Amino acid sequence: MASYLIKRILATIPVMLFVAVFIFLLLRLTPGDPAAMLAGDFANDAQIAEIRNKLGLDQPLWKQFGLWISDMLRFELGESFYYKKQVSELILQRIEPTLSLSLLTIIMTVLIAVPFGTLAAYKQGSWLDRGIMGFSVIGFSVPVFVIGYGLVYIFSVQLGWLPVQGYQRIGDGVGGWLYRLILPAIALSVIFVAFIARMTRTSVLEVLGEDYIRTARAKGQTEFRVLMRHALRNAAVPIVTVIGLAIAILIGGVVVTESVFTIPGLGLLTVEAVLNRDFPTIQAVILFFSVVYVLINLAVDVSYTLLDPRIRY
Amino acid sequence: MLHFFRRGALTGAAAAAALAVGLAATAPAAQAETVLKVVPHSGLKILDPIWTTAYITRNHGYMIYDTLFTLDPEGEIQPQMADTVSRSEDGLTVTITLRDGLKWHDGADVTAEDTVASINRWASKDAMGQKMMTFVDSLEATDAKTMTFTLNTPTGLIELALAKPSSNVPFMMPARIAATPGSEQIEEYVGSGPFMFNNEEWEPGTKVVYDKFDDYVPRSEPANGLAGGKVAKVDRVEWTPNRDMQQAVNSLLAGEVDIIESMPPDLLPLIEGKDDAYTSIFNPAGLQYTFRFNVLHPPFDNPKIRQAVLYAFNQEDFLDATIGDPDYYQTCKAMFVCGLPFETTAHMDGLLESDFATARKMLEEAGYDGTPVVLMHSTNVPVLTNLAPVAKDLLEAVGFTVDMQSMDWSTLVARRSKKDAPADGGWNAFATAWDAGDLFNPLAMAFLNAGCDNALFGWPCDDNIEKLRDDFARSTSFDDQKAIVEQVQAAWVEYPTHVHLGQFNTPTVLRSNVQGFLNGGIFALWNIEKQ
Repeated sequence: MASYLIKRILATIPVMLFVAVFIFLLLRLTPGDPAAMLAGDFANDAQIAEIRNKLGLDQPLWKQFGLWISDMLRFELGESFYYKKQVSELILQRIEPTLSLSLLTIIMTVLIAVPFGTLAAYKQGSWLDRGIMGFSVIGFSVPVFVIGYGLVYIFSVQLGWLPVQGYQRIGDGVGGWLYRLILPAIALSVIFVAFIARMTRTSVLEVLGEDYIRTARAKGQTEFRVLMRHALRNAAVPIVTVIGLAIAILIGGVVVTESVFTIPGLGLLTVEAVLNRDFPTIQAVILFFSVVYVLINLAVDVSYTLLDPRIRY
Repeated sequence: MLHFFRRGALTGAAAAAALAVGLAATAPAAQAETVLKVVPHSGLKILDPIWTTAYITRNHGYMIYDTLFTLDPEGEIQPQMADTVSRSEDGLTVTITLRDGLKWHDGADVTAEDTVASINRWASKDAMGQKMMTFVDSLEATDAKTMTFTLNTPTGLIELALAKPSSNVPFMMPARIAATPGSEQIEEYVGSGPFMFNNEEWEPGTKVVYDKFDDYVPRSEPANGLAGGKVAKVDRVEWTPNRDMQQAVNSLLAGEVDIIESMPPDLLPLIEGKDDAYTSIFNPAGLQYTFRFNVLHPPFDNPKIRQAVLYAFNQEDFLDATIGDPDYYQTCKAMFVCGLPFETTAHMDGLLESDFATARKMLEEAGYDGTPVVLMHSTNVPVLTNLAPVAKDLLEAVGFTVDMQSMDWSTLVARRSKKDAPADGGWNAFATAWDAGDLFNPLAMAFLNAGCDNALFGWPCDDNIEKLRDDFARSTSFDDQKAIVEQVQAAWVEYPTHVHLGQFNTPTVLRSNVQGFLNGGIFALWNIEKQ
């Protein structure tokens, strides 16, 4: 297992290198000039050229890439063109809101979707099954921002129960943190609940037809025990895979949700950086997301061995 | 089943309500200090108002820095940090003394040495400052509170330039900070204005916090726009930008924010009839839409063809398509903005009235050969998005061939600085907007600079306009300046550098418990009380 982990971690190096080259070239080929954006409306050609020179953007592409990669190898993410702060500092500042929103969303999703999907499979063809699958279709079809606006209208504007926007750091109180995060987390979780509930239902349905389920029932085990111990556990591998995928997709969904609810996370940072062509920030954030993707995939793979003793690396 | 559902729904709603109330109860209690929560027009990224011309950084500058002079809402120059101004009989020496009691946020006294350094740094970056310095042989601090300009030619430009209300504003900074070259950003944010920048709580792009500066000594006159006493009446101001205006309005109605700096007029129905919100206009002169020519390439290298555009366009079509509500726009033929001191419609008869017949005739006389106009269309700045399609329609109506190319604002900004031919990635025209404070005279109006390579993108090149701008700088009386402005307008008709497409405002929305908002041309937050 240890050697497998080491191999997997080493395998991330060429992946990250590929991502780095791809992002670097993509940004340089995208129209737009950070120096012109920074200089503002009143700047003449000489002033723009001076800024370009200070940022090193007048260097040949290979030289810019070499400098950036050598910084990366020293774990230096560079300085934002705009904020005059280290990108690592910006990411650290913004990671808590994004992580909070993602974690809360995924916890809510798993707590709702897995029981609902299992129940739908168990009661296949019933009103409950149709209801859950109907919700899944709606959850898939409605964009996050529409759900967000709808929730805000009902729970914030009409009922006044929850805040419209904003974020409170967890260090300033868990209650306030949850109070501000619950609406965006619900908005973001709808699509994932739909996704995972559907996958859980399919997975559990397949397992429910197996001989060992019949055997368990014949042994007189309760239906709850049959479902939880025998059906769900054996259906877990595809469900965990989907949850892993959902976490990866969630990072994209966070961008929209952070915009709607004004949560100062990595999503908003990315949007601003792209609009302003803040190359160091975009490059670092995307590399960071790539690392997160790789780690999630690794965690999912490792979890298989815990869920299915037959799987060994 | 229906009963089960209903009971379940009610139970769920009650539980949600209880949870929400419970969570709300655990949220931090309201602080005793008065906090003004503001949604500014964008996120603050750059903190140096001399290094960048971004309006959000200018507004940040007004929070923490002060100016020697300023313009009141009528456009008159008024002292702010300055106490007295005197001139020698020959007009070649201007002496300015500072008010008593001025302090920097770090507790040190404001001295003439600081203000001299600040003026020098500002003038190294700002076009009007550079023009002012061409008249200055020396600028010295002659004692702790006095600075002396020794001029080579008498000019009225000293106070006028130092009162410049918009980017770059000549904000005063301590000498050690103002010693930073204009080409580099400052890294310490110490001013002498009514609020202090809270560096510890700054979250770049998402949150800016200002604390009241208790040692600020305001002028004794009542606040009048940017002039008069700048009295901070709240303890703390928080800026939290919101890209989603709909959500910003929801937040205001829910009491989570107090002021939205700038709201699109089409969202006004959301607050109409609401007792807890009202609107105000902080900049009555507003902003001006502008269509910029690139004079380097055909067809707009020919002034006659540019003149045809003056006849083809009308302002109402542009304003209807972008602002829509006539309460928030006005057509105005005066280049130097309706409602400001240099407003004049001299030489504008027949222009900007969509006189298609005359425009077509002029195009024919100018020998227009159908060369396509590459018109850049920015798509992600809502207040600008509809300008290019209207321009395309009006240009095509008189016989131009138009190649409208859509792109985001960042791409447009990069491309507008390219001098290449349109077919090689250059451009012929684009539309934008300027704050009235940037247009109030021929020197401030950047698009009127016709200094060839020294001019802004578009690079107009006309000796007559440049001579008149110099004359304006030399003149020392308002009447002389006004006469020159009329001549400038005539010169512009002969050699159009850009076209003004009308004025507009975007309303500021405030909660009804917020009073004292100033309408002085710039979004200013002193004098505001929150009950």
